[in-house]
Amino acid sequence: MNTKNTETPKNWSLEALEDGRMVLNMGPSHPAMHGIVRVLLTVQGERVIDSDVEIGYLHRGFEKTCENVTYNQCVPYTDRLNYVSPFINNVGFALAVEKLMGLETPPRCWYIRVIMSELSRLTDHLTCIGANAMELAAFTVYFYLINAREALYRLTDSAAGGRVTPAYTRVGGLTRDLPADFKRDTAEVFKTVRRNLDDADKLLTRNRIFYDRLHNIGRISKEDAVSLSFTGPALRSTGVGLDVRRTAPYLVYDRFDFDIPVGSNGDNYDRYLVRMEEMKQSMRIVEQALAQLPDGPVNHPDFNVTLPPKEDVYGNIEALMAHFKLTFEGVKPPKGEVYQAVEGGNGELGFYIVSDGTGRPWRVRVRAPCFALTGGLSQMIKGGYIADIISTFGQINMIGGELER
Amino acid sequence: MTGRLLETLKARFPDDVLQTHAFRGDETVLLKKEALLKAAVFLKDELGFDFLMDLTAADYLPREPRFELVCHFYSSKHNYRLRLKCPVAGADARVDSLTPLWAGANWFEREAYDMYGIKFDGHPDLRRILMYDGFEGHPLRKDYPLKKRQPRTPHRE
Amino acid sequence: MGLETVFGHSYLTTRLDAAVNWGRRYSFFQYPFVTACCGMEYMSVFASAYDIARFGAEYPRFSPRQADVLFVVGTVNEKLAPVLKRVYEQMCEPKWVVSFGVCATSGGFYDNYATVQGIDKLIPVDIYIPGCPPRPEAVLDALIKLQEKVSKESVLDRKYK
Repeated sequence: MNTKNTETPKNWSLEALEDGRMVLNMGPSHPAMHGIVRVLLTVQGERVIDSDVEIGYLHRGFEKTCENVTYNQCVPYTDRLNYVSPFINNVGFALAVEKLMGLETPPRCWYIRVIMSELSRLTDHLTCIGANAMELAAFTVYFYLINAREALYRLTDSAAGGRVTPAYTRVGGLTRDLPADFKRDTAEVFKTVRRNLDDADKLLTRNRIFYDRLHNIGRISKEDAVSLSFTGPALRSTGVGLDVRRTAPYLVYDRFDFDIPVGSNGDNYDRYLVRMEEMKQSMRIVEQALAQLPDGPVNHPDFNVTLPPKEDVYGNIEALMAHFKLTFEGVKPPKGEVYQAVEGGNGELGFYIVSDGTGRPWRVRVRAPCFALTGGLSQMIKGGYIADIISTFGQINMIGGELER
Repeated sequence: MTGRLLETLKARFPDDVLQTHAFRGDETVLLKKEALLKAAVFLKDELGFDFLMDLTAADYLPREPRFELVCHFYSSKHNYRLRLKCPVAGADARVDSLTPLWAGANWFEREAYDMYGIKFDGHPDLRRILMYDGFEGHPLRKDYPLKKRQPRTPHRE
Repeated sequence: MGLETVFGHSYLTTRLDAAVNWGRRYSFFQYPFVTACCGMEYMSVFASAYDIARFGAEYPRFSPRQADVLFVVGTVNEKLAPVLKRVYEQMCEPKWVVSFGVCATSGGFYDNYATVQGIDKLIPVDIYIPGCPPRPEAVLDALIKLQEKVSKESVLDRKYK
């Protein structure tokens, strides 16, 4: 099968090969594939013999754009990498730049970043499972889970001022502190989330149809998953309990008591169970973090890094100059390069930043977790039915923004 | 283990290691590109670096050698990370592929090829991944203008 | 229907307009061409809290041939441009296009080698929704605006082939 020449029109339609196999095109705009990925399948009847996954339909030049803007201007672009868990991207990028500068933010900032990251992990997993269930015809679950997500969106909206794209972090701190009632609101929202999760759990986990569509589907062995650079729930479902929050605790993750759920079978059902459990653990982390949340500033005191307060900008010349310089030239990390990993919704989200000493990064590279996962999709769907692609694709949780950047 | 890893690599490949440093705790080895594959085998088989976390490149125009291949390895056994870099000349940008060692290198290398035009010897299926066939040039190269578009379909008006 | 073309602008066709437009505007079948971040808000619009079903447009049809409104949700890049055009051309008349979010409207803050600076460079657009991404309220507002626009159309306006 010649899949190299992907632009020829013959690949757009069903094509029969001599020996009874067929070439079937799936996507890029396909009803059951959220996100735009094209999969060229070679099928024998209903069985997938071979496949070629083609991506790049949402490539929007993130890395090139970042080389042309200041560090803080990169933050809104990072929102749109994994747009289902924007805060984790924000935090990852800010941590990478801070590591590059050797900068330490105040303790309150660490806690808020942890809280927001975990709320993002919740929205990520809720969307993943909700959309997956919808594609497998469990529409009710979608409504329950999106309802929970909606409550979380309103919560994060109250803190960051944006539902999907908050751009909450800055180098050296945050855009603003948490609102006064945040703790109380979180408790309220978590009641909704827990109730909706319970509903979804009752509807899905022991549901015969759902179980059959997921169990032993999209299986991958431990060795293959490691070789394919899998991370996150997809890796943990195979029994490898790696989590950046545990292996290299950033911020204050070492101060909380939480578990890393691990599967054993490496199939879609295990990935689903891992995600369900991770959400409960995330809520545990948030509750502990809110209980421990210290008072104090959220921004680094140095005005060469963070913007001075507005009353100072209007009141004295030093702050005005600092504001001007920071806005136009941006923070200037020293020459060097760093790699900072955080645990994203799908696995290890790494930022590799090279600085040449100016206000703009020389190179920003994102190690997107689902890039590796989608790279393994071919192997996971091989030998299965065409219909099983849907559940596998849903459970690797492909997010176009971070996959293609 | 800090520092020992770099010493081990220096002792093992005395002629190939160009430079080592540990900026902000990230241990980095700069290696001749000819030694990439054997160093990767050594890392994987003897030092327990089982994950190829990331593979990418960077363009340092106008410096020569222009490109740098950047690999991030992770060892789940030792919970340790290492960055390995290889300078690659701009004129004939090729390096050995890591696909025989890690299946995950396949897409990473395709992306590096697509974005920088670095060719990987031994890669089973080296073609564009993010851009489309017919796209000329490699967008992440520093001499590719940010806004140079190459439409696939004619625009209206 | 064919008959109206014989009568031209007359009492009969204006009454026919009213009836047809009433039907059309409360029964949009949409084709969600979801590409990017805006898709998250699009999901919210569908779900319980915002409930687009109240406007008679809850039914997404993933076949362009059965859809009336094309929602282009998110960034369209040069690689995807031919696909979008093809989907649009597959839709039957009458058809409308909603550009959802600034990326689809103007390219947004992605102005580089990869992105198309607004889908109106590829296909005609009826309603633009600003926002990155737009809040669900803005989407519902756009839907109402589209309904108003549709109710002013005449069966004579479009050429049926």
